Amino acid sequence: MLNYTIRRLLFTVPVLLFISFIVFLLLDLAPNDPTGNLPLTIPPDVREQIRRSLGLGEPIHVRYFLWCVQFFVNEPLNILEHWTGLQFGDGERLRVQSWATRSPVVDLVVERLPQTLWVVGMSYVVGILIAIPIGVISAYRQYSWFDQAGTFVSMVGFSVPTFFTGVLMIVVFSVHLEWFPSIYDTTHRVTDWESFLFQIRQLVMPVSVLALYNAAQISRFMRASMLDNLGQDYVRTARAKGLKEHIVLLVHVLRNSLIPVVTVIALGIPQIFGGAIITEQVFKVNGLGQLLIIGIQGADIPLVQTLTFIFAVLIVVFNLVADILYGILDPRIRYE
Amino acid sequence: MNNKQLLAALAGGAVIAIAGQTAAERGADGHVNIIYWQAASILNPYLSGGTKDIESSSLVIEPLARYDQDGNMVPWLTTEIPTVANGGVSEDLTSITWNIAPGVLWSDGTPLTAHDVAFTAEYCMHPEGGCQQSTSFSDVASVEAVDDLTVKVTFSKPKPFPYGPFVGGESPIIQKAQFQKCLGARAPECTEQNFGPIGTGPFRVTEFRANDVISMEANPNYRDPSKPSFATLTFKGGGDAAAAARSVLETGEFDYAWNLQIDPAILKQMEGAGKGTVVAAFGTAVERLMVNLTNPSPDLADMRSTVDGGPHPFLTDAAVRRALSLAIDRNLLSEVGYGSAGKATCNVLPAPAVYASTANDECLVQNIAKANQILDDAGWMPGSDGVREKDGVRLSILYQTSTNAVRQDTQALVKQWWSEIGVETELKNIDAAVFFGGDQSSPDTFQKFYADIEMYTNLFNGTDPEAYMNNWTCNEIPGPSSNWLGNNMPRYCNAEYDALAAELGQTADLAERARIAMAMNDMLVQEGAMIPLIHRGRVSAHSNTLGGVILNTWDSELWNVADWHRE
Repeated sequence: MLNYTIRRLLFTVPVLLFISFIVFLLLDLAPNDPTGNLPLTIPPDVREQIRRSLGLGEPIHVRYFLWCVQFFVNEPLNILEHWTGLQFGDGERLRVQSWATRSPVVDLVVERLPQTLWVVGMSYVVGILIAIPIGVISAYRQYSWFDQAGTFVSMVGFSVPTFFTGVLMIVVFSVHLEWFPSIYDTTHRVTDWESFLFQIRQLVMPVSVLALYNAAQISRFMRASMLDNLGQDYVRTARAKGLKEHIVLLVHVLRNSLIPVVTVIALGIPQIFGGAIITEQVFKVNGLGQLLIIGIQGADIPLVQTLTFIFAVLIVVFNLVADILYGILDPRIRYE
Repeated sequence: MNNKQLLAALAGGAVIAIAGQTAAERGADGHVNIIYWQAASILNPYLSGGTKDIESSSLVIEPLARYDQDGNMVPWLTTEIPTVANGGVSEDLTSITWNIAPGVLWSDGTPLTAHDVAFTAEYCMHPEGGCQQSTSFSDVASVEAVDDLTVKVTFSKPKPFPYGPFVGGESPIIQKAQFQKCLGARAPECTEQNFGPIGTGPFRVTEFRANDVISMEANPNYRDPSKPSFATLTFKGGGDAAAAARSVLETGEFDYAWNLQIDPAILKQMEGAGKGTVVAAFGTAVERLMVNLTNPSPDLADMRSTVDGGPHPFLTDAAVRRALSLAIDRNLLSEVGYGSAGKATCNVLPAPAVYASTANDECLVQNIAKANQILDDAGWMPGSDGVREKDGVRLSILYQTSTNAVRQDTQALVKQWWSEIGVETELKNIDAAVFFGGDQSSPDTFQKFYADIEMYTNLFNGTDPEAYMNNWTCNEIPGPSSNWLGNNMPRYCNAEYDALAAELGQTADLAERARIAMAMNDMLVQEGAMIPLIHRGRVSAHSNTLGGVILNTWDSELWNVADWHRE
């Protein structure tokens, strides 16, 4: 297992380098321009000057190499300095700078992580907590009214886009009932009971919109996996031994059924960090998803490149985690 | 005023407010929320020309003079507007001298001096800085501080309108002490300065979150001790225009929402909730059709849409252009797409009022019959499929614009009207960042204009149209030799027009300038280089509890935020 993990980890290095190069190439080939969204009152020659000042005059391999140095050398050194308090060299290193904000991309990411983790992370947890019981009951009482209702809700969660459910919730709960704010306050700090309640109130709508979607997905996996196991011989054996029904279901069947579901959940974790582009826009959460979409619209190439690369790292890592988890949970699986 | 005095003033304000009198003390009205659906990226307009960045920074940093809601210049940090009459502008029009009002302090308590002004010019004019407002400083030879409160701008040639530098939201004064290490190539590295400039404006930054939200508080050293009325301010960004409108008009969470270009019917319905008011004002923006006078045929390969590629097969015929214009019902377009934010227009230069021509008003009323008649008379006869043709040339148009719901509605309507006069239209829309982007390798930019007609809005800042009208002189024609740079999209070239442009460049008298500019406008419209459609206004909304809002399209919308108060 350890050998396998090390081998896989070593293999990720060339994979990630290749991904970063492909992303860079794609962004460079895209017909987009960082001055494209500026007002037309800025004349073309000034735009040309702006493009040059952003380093767009250099050939692509030079720009890619520069990004690699900034991201793989300068940024880690900076973090090390920050953590250890030591200084390497003169401390004057060029970090990956966003074109639109002229500030280090990594700082932007760090600034936005809290709200993304709060909203998207919370929705993932809530989604899982809803999905597992629904999946278990739906499978156990297959084709009952509960199963039918669960199937219906999953279909709704799957097929109704978040930009619809989000706006619908705002119209109902913010405009008519005035229960929850329609705009998320990212500067809000939880300091006491009062502010904690406010934080809950502003989380309710974005979290439930996303949780509906997550729950829809996971509850289907859970149901299918339960159904697979319920028909197995060992279930009959357990019942024949005279075990109580809830022990058969919750100890024997559920544990075995969770194995594939856990890996599905692990594979979904990177998307928490990727943010929820649409939901974040609808509720003005302004997390990582919104940062990415603004970067794409404004052709902020260093920002988009860095963000997509971070997502790529997370996806590769969580794929590995899912594989290893599977091996640990299911003794039948062995990697050598 | 130091902090102690401020506290005293605040406490005083609270006492007065309790006593039930009108609060005229700084900070007495608490908190104000502003939402811009495009989030501010940076608070330095010299490094970002985006409107959101210019307007958010206008809360903090200010120019020497501003435009008011009628387009008149008002002294802001100076004692008066320099003119030839008061001796502030030299007789030969090559220099202008500004006198800074004494006693203006930066938010850190140090005085504003002429050295800060001179430094601002140095900052933007640095060749390696990539300054996005360098148009404001065009033809500036030098800016020098004569003494602490006098600054002299010298131009390299006579400038009949010398109010480019330091006037309006695009060129505010930044503090020398704060920015002196940020010149040229170092400008983008000064994140701390760019996110929290020290200014003379009514507010100062307490927290800046790029592309998200800015928190501000009243500037304790603001020159008017009773302003601003609000102690703190939140400037939130993100989402879309409809959501911003909803947060002011329906939920009342925000006090002011900027630039609400959404379906006028929806806006009206939201306003019906009774929490806020929609306000509109008109500047210089005109949605227009640009007519390609060169041949965009793909057969020409590299010569497509260039002067060398030869004239357009049918759009060079004045009758066709006039018929296309007459067939459009501009009032309906305005009603459908713009509501209170649009007016039908036949001019590319519709404002300020002194420049607005009335010579082209024929187009204000749609006249399909007349358009048909004109085409008949010119010999364009309907073929078997109903599309008019002459000498084997069919009136078939490729009509492109940027992707935007209102523009696609307009396209569909225009296509319908043109089909009624026997003109076939193919529609195309391109993502705005690509269409307006200058990517040389993309065939879809508005400069390359690989289509017959294209539609977009153009405008100019401030009130002087000289630079704007110069956009359509012969040497502004984009083409491969100029790397497709240039603003003359119709590829219009007329020696008479160029002569008028040159004359405008040497005339200082305002009435005379208006006459020339109007003549240029009439020439462009009557010769059909452009088909103006809609004079577009700016629509914003404010809460019914927010007083003092005066919507201004000539300068930052937040120009008078110091006067805003709670009602």
